[in-house]
Amino acid sequence: MATLLQVKGLKTQFFTQDGVVNAVNAIDFDLNEGETLGIVGESGCGKSVSVLSLMRLIPSPPGRVVGGEAWFQGRDLIKMDMEEIRSVRGNKIAMIFQDPMTSLNPVLTIYQQVSEALELHLGMDKRQSRKRTIELLDLVRIPAAANRIDDYPHQFSGGMRQRVMIAMGLSCNPQLLIADEPTTALDVTIQAQITDLVRQLKQEIGMAVIWITHDLGIIAGLADRVNVMYAGSIVESADVKDLYADPRHPYTLGLLHSIPRLDAERKTRLTPIEGLPPDLIDMPPGCSFAPRCRFAMEKCLTETPALETVARRHTVACWVDVTGGKR
Amino acid sequence: MGRYIIRRLLLLIPVLFFISVITFALAHAVPGGPFDREKPLPPEVIANLEKYYGLDQPVWKQYVDYVTDIAFRFDFGPSYRSRGRSVNDIFADHLPVSAQLGLAAIVIALVIGLPLGILSALKQNTLWDYLGMGLAIFGVSVPAIVLGPILILIFALALHWFPVAGWGTPAKMVMPAFALGLRESAIIARLTRASMLQVIREDYIRTARAKGLSERVVMVRHALKNAFIPVATILGPMFAALLTGTFIVEQIFAIPGMGKYFITSITNRDYPVVMGTILLYAVFLVLANLAVDLTYAFLDPRIRYT
Ligand SMILES: Nc1ncnc2c1ncn2[C@@H]1O[C@H](COP(=O)(O)OP(=O)(O)O)[C@@H](O)[C@H]1O
Ligand code: SF4
Ligand SMILES: [Mg+2]
Repeated sequence: MATLLQVKGLKTQFFTQDGVVNAVNAIDFDLNEGETLGIVGESGCGKSVSVLSLMRLIPSPPGRVVGGEAWFQGRDLIKMDMEEIRSVRGNKIAMIFQDPMTSLNPVLTIYQQVSEALELHLGMDKRQSRKRTIELLDLVRIPAAANRIDDYPHQFSGGMRQRVMIAMGLSCNPQLLIADEPTTALDVTIQAQITDLVRQLKQEIGMAVIWITHDLGIIAGLADRVNVMYAGSIVESADVKDLYADPRHPYTLGLLHSIPRLDAERKTRLTPIEGLPPDLIDMPPGCSFAPRCRFAMEKCLTETPALETVARRHTVACWVDVTGGKR
Repeated sequence: MGRYIIRRLLLLIPVLFFISVITFALAHAVPGGPFDREKPLPPEVIANLEKYYGLDQPVWKQYVDYVTDIAFRFDFGPSYRSRGRSVNDIFADHLPVSAQLGLAAIVIALVIGLPLGILSALKQNTLWDYLGMGLAIFGVSVPAIVLGPILILIFALALHWFPVAGWGTPAKMVMPAFALGLRESAIIARLTRASMLQVIREDYIRTARAKGLSERVVMVRHALKNAFIPVATILGPMFAALLTGTFIVEQIFAIPGMGKYFITSITNRDYPVVMGTILLYAVFLVLANLAVDLTYAFLDPRIRYT
């Protein structure tokens, strides 16, 4: 499979009054055409900032992509001028966001919002874009779509609004759909519906997907590959089945232990990882997970581990081999 | 919507009743009367005058007469001071003047205030922003009583662009309308800026950018309408206040408007004029606020009146 996106050394900082926030610390990853990549990590570890950096949607000031490359179809997204990146946004790369309640404009109708990209990128006229909007709403299983396209967002439930967001994202047949925690703000039953919908659409359309979540459980049935992020860095990257079968980073282990299991006894307590993620402003040397890591040793406090290949298509940034023995 | 408007208009009745009782009671509670003079009038003359104007009646009867005249004949009664003129005559003469001036001031306030606020927000923390907000602070902090004479000094006496004072030609309207409107434009500019700054941080603006829309489309189509919603709130009272006249500017520019007349009536204890103006102001205020609420519904589809 051909590589669709190649990210190298992507680094994004926020220049705030309290200091420089190292939100994304030189991350590397690849994404193949048609592949689904999960990005997992606790809240605040730089998942959103890393994808917003690709879309060049980091609010500036205070933020800025300070380094790195992101090659997409032979062009570097980071170096593109504004006009170029705008021709990619919503067209080749689409994005849907966490909170469907606030991500749609309250004063514009669904049609007005979905049709914008169609008219902008595909040059449709009003009649064509209207027809296509109805098709798209049908595609994301919005009932009676033709009667609802002139409704306003507040007339839709949260789940339905997220479907509208997805319809908007798919409108120009993107090669890459980025979904930033698209189900986090929704009820559990709705979460499953939206996840299923995206899985089905992905099969029908065949685009690549980056799916961000703080819940490893959701990723299992959805992704081909997973990047685990901690404190602005990728600490483990693997095919999804390897990550579950053979997790190598202490943080990944911690995340896996905090997934509710259906087969577990009712009374077994989930064990969330103790402690809090570090302050991204003054990052001490060494492994940023060390204060919370039960495997930590002397070396972890002074030297930062880099991603190393530990198995086929499986990289980990850790000084310790959690399967036994030292490296 | 139609029923909503009718309900709101019916609400005017209790409001006006309440206001009329209070102003009437206050007018009668304040010491001194309309016929007090430096050199007191002979008691017989005062008695005659009071009889003529019905002031010898019990207060409740005076009130009932006053209100029924207004309600059924739209007659605000005679002026105590301007011999032979009714309050209706006075309104007819002076209100249109104030309304014209007020309208011109509102137009100036919007034409300056809205773009200034938007520009300051979009160019936040740049020279444009500082310039715009500097101007806004100037506008808010310099009262008309200072601004009026400054305008006269510069644009009438020094540059001879406009006549010093007076009323009746468009040229005469420019300076007083500016003196009135500049302060309001400053208020609008600051509110627009604040509102705009908040809106451009909203998630749906990011969504709009993520579609690849140009910054101009994002601002005009996605931000402006949302940003204008809070601004519409202050326009109602602003309208009502400007339309019913403003004493200071009318005084400075010798404009025969209602504001000037209103203040003179208070010092003269010309109660029918005072009460009539207050009632009219209340009507304007209610109507202006109704207009604002209808504007809301137009701007924000989440608001529907039934
Ligand atoms: N506008 C901003 N200003 C300052 N810091 C920010 C801003 N946006 C994000 N950050 C910081 O960047 C870090 C990563 O945030 P984010 O990528 O949103 O986390 P998440 O993994 O939950 O999506 C956080 O520590 C956050 O405080
Ligand atoms: S490098 Fe050390 S501290 Fe960091 S995760 Fe590995 S063992 Fe834990
Ligand atoms: Mg996030």
